[in-house]
Amino acid sequence: MKELLTGNEAIARGAYESGVKVAAAYPGTPSTEILENLVRYPGVYAQWSPNEKVALEVGLGAAISGARTLVTMKHVGVNVAADPLFTLSYTGVNGGLVLVSADDPGMHSSQNEQDNRNYARFAKIPMLEPSNSRECKEMVALGLEISEKFDTPVMLRTTTRVAHSQSFVELGERNEIGVKPYVKNPQKYVMVPAHARGRHVVVEERRQKLLEYANNCPANRVEWADKGIGIITGGIVYEYVKEVVPHASVLKLGMTFPLPEKIIREFASRVDELYVIEELEPFLEEQIRLMGIGVKGKELFPRIGEISEQMIAARILSVTGYKDLIHDSLLVPGVEEEKDLPVPPRPPVMCPGCPHRGVFYTLNRLKMTVMGDIGCYTLGALPPLSAMDSCICMGASIGSAMGVEKAHPEMHGKVVSVIGDSTFLHSGITGLMDIAYNKGATTTLILDNRTTAMTGHQDHAATGRTLSKQPAGEVDFAALARALGIKRVVETDPFDLETLKRVIEEEAAAEEPSVVITKRPCALLIKEKSPAYRVDESCINCQKCMKLGCPALVSGADAVAVNDTLCTGCGLCAQLCPSGALKKEGEAIG
Amino acid sequence: MDNGKVTNVLIVGVGGQGTILASRILSYLGHRSGFDVKVSEIHGMAQRGGSVVTQVRMGEKVYSPLIGVGQADIILAFERLEALRWIHYLKKDGTIIINDQAIEPVPVIMGLMEYPKGIVDRIRGRVRDTIAIDALSLARKHGNDKASNVVLMGVLARKMGFSKEDCTNALEAKVPPKFLELNKKAFDEGWNAELA
Repeated sequence: MKELLTGNEAIARGAYESGVKVAAAYPGTPSTEILENLVRYPGVYAQWSPNEKVALEVGLGAAISGARTLVTMKHVGVNVAADPLFTLSYTGVNGGLVLVSADDPGMHSSQNEQDNRNYARFAKIPMLEPSNSRECKEMVALGLEISEKFDTPVMLRTTTRVAHSQSFVELGERNEIGVKPYVKNPQKYVMVPAHARGRHVVVEERRQKLLEYANNCPANRVEWADKGIGIITGGIVYEYVKEVVPHASVLKLGMTFPLPEKIIREFASRVDELYVIEELEPFLEEQIRLMGIGVKGKELFPRIGEISEQMIAARILSVTGYKDLIHDSLLVPGVEEEKDLPVPPRPPVMCPGCPHRGVFYTLNRLKMTVMGDIGCYTLGALPPLSAMDSCICMGASIGSAMGVEKAHPEMHGKVVSVIGDSTFLHSGITGLMDIAYNKGATTTLILDNRTTAMTGHQDHAATGRTLSKQPAGEVDFAALARALGIKRVVETDPFDLETLKRVIEEEAAAEEPSVVITKRPCALLIKEKSPAYRVDESCINCQKCMKLGCPALVSGADAVAVNDTLCTGCGLCAQLCPSGALKKEGEAIG
Repeated sequence: MDNGKVTNVLIVGVGGQGTILASRILSYLGHRSGFDVKVSEIHGMAQRGGSVVTQVRMGEKVYSPLIGVGQADIILAFERLEALRWIHYLKKDGTIIINDQAIEPVPVIMGLMEYPKGIVDRIRGRVRDTIAIDALSLARKHGNDKASNVVLMGVLARKMGFSKEDCTNALEAKVPPKFLELNKKAFDEGWNAELA
């Protein structure tokens, strides 16, 4: 049976068919849907971990005790999981382990576009890169085989376009591999220096064997055509190349670390001009140059952002002049872009009824320096709320607020950190512990909307539910903060603007550290909407409510209006209205 | 549709308008017709009321899941401003189907920018095959604004020459049973619409 699957759905299918028993992840675009799909298959245990490091540790435990295992994360998640990854490379596995790194060239929803192919070389582990959904499925199976054959974790690196594009996949049956017996082996798994020195030798021997294997790996193949041009490529760019230059010879690399030197040499020797086309870093190009082979690569293609078909057409044409090689329609201009009328941008916005809105409105009013974090609430940086000074990585808000305060004691009372519930559990706890321990005095705002909202509402350790929708314990943020040594802990309602402002002012001014927990579920989780607000004739068009940046409020020439299909009745606007013009359905008008 | 070449359909709109269901129905139709199909969507930030785009390509053999600038045979725009934003993705002799509805983006709501006037006429001036339809009113006739996406799919499916039978099958496969009857009616509104 053939089905149209996204790359992520196909990876989940591949894990199921290949007998994966245990899977763990922290949600992150563009990797999230892998586990959301995998959990639906029978015979697979899948879980959300609090962060990627824990996910990989759960995975490595399952693998070294004999189960086939899948661990998935977005590219920056591998930074968090790098610690166990590098030493797992030394211990090796027992049951196969595939680590999916979902990279995001073009930064569709990420804070950087680091090229995680470098992790494979750095950690000395083999890497596979699929170009489409069929390969996503096949390469999970191949990755697990390589993992077991060479006793190593294997990285499966996707990019946004592979993860979120759909193409046809032939579905198969599950191969019940079973779990290998657990065998105690401290020399292999207890990485004290005496053991690790021996394991590093094993890693180097493995690297040599993998170099040999790469030349026979079924994921690498040459597609001979016109030998005037040869293109070495992999991942999504392979699909673009086939589209743009159907008559060029292509060396399609599915295994991109280590590289198949024999195949590359032979390919290079048989084509007139050799190109390497890859997104982001010259990862393939530099290694091929080290073989002493001349190629054209980053002098034509950018290190920044995604590569497009038209870019390939234009750049290859500019060098070769071989118009015949390029797919003809790519060179015909289309309809002209709108240049005369300004087209207003449509950036993502906080939803109507979002519990974060009032918090950022208040921080803006109080002119706070706000060290921000990763989540929907990063939208608080945008006008008109404009209440965020930094956003670096998961959990960075808390430590960085401490740093600002230590560098600028005079800013005390004006520096806060803002972090969501899921992000706090991921990486915020240690930062808060640091503040308590080292006598910081900043205020940490935990915006508890009871979900991992940005990635599409995944459960976490404080929602009371697991990935498989089973009931679970709930972390008590207030009790946790107290246990870490924070004495001032206040819970408040982000829809009550007056109290919220008073609490933040008081806590920021205090001479000791504090935590403010704002509690309201994500607006998208609320099924029953409360009635919409309306504007009556007493509106003086002062525009105070417009400072909320709520998509349900519409600015008019004489008065503000409420879009009643969008309004959730949260009531923030009514609290700001000096003339009482905003009223809820059912309240007296006039 | 010509079997030998690839047909590129760009579906653009605003997060929450139901572009995903439209692309699912379209790709199902492509599959039923025996084509290779690839679809590309962007998730994440785009869900929060931002501009969204889905790309559907079908033909005998499709490599890339993406449609380049000036390469779309058809643009299906769920909103006027989005039609204008993506117009340069259309081939010179392409077709654009515009849902004649405005959803104001935040810079307009806040009064910082103006929502462009006369979008449909501007596009008509540049694209001979411009189809404008008030899908929202047609969906409202059946009591559900949310079915505008399926009204638009009715227009698109007819334009692309799919059979009515395949369309009915596609709806049955992709729409939850609870909403099927409503969506069948909405689809027919688009399929039977007098287009100009």
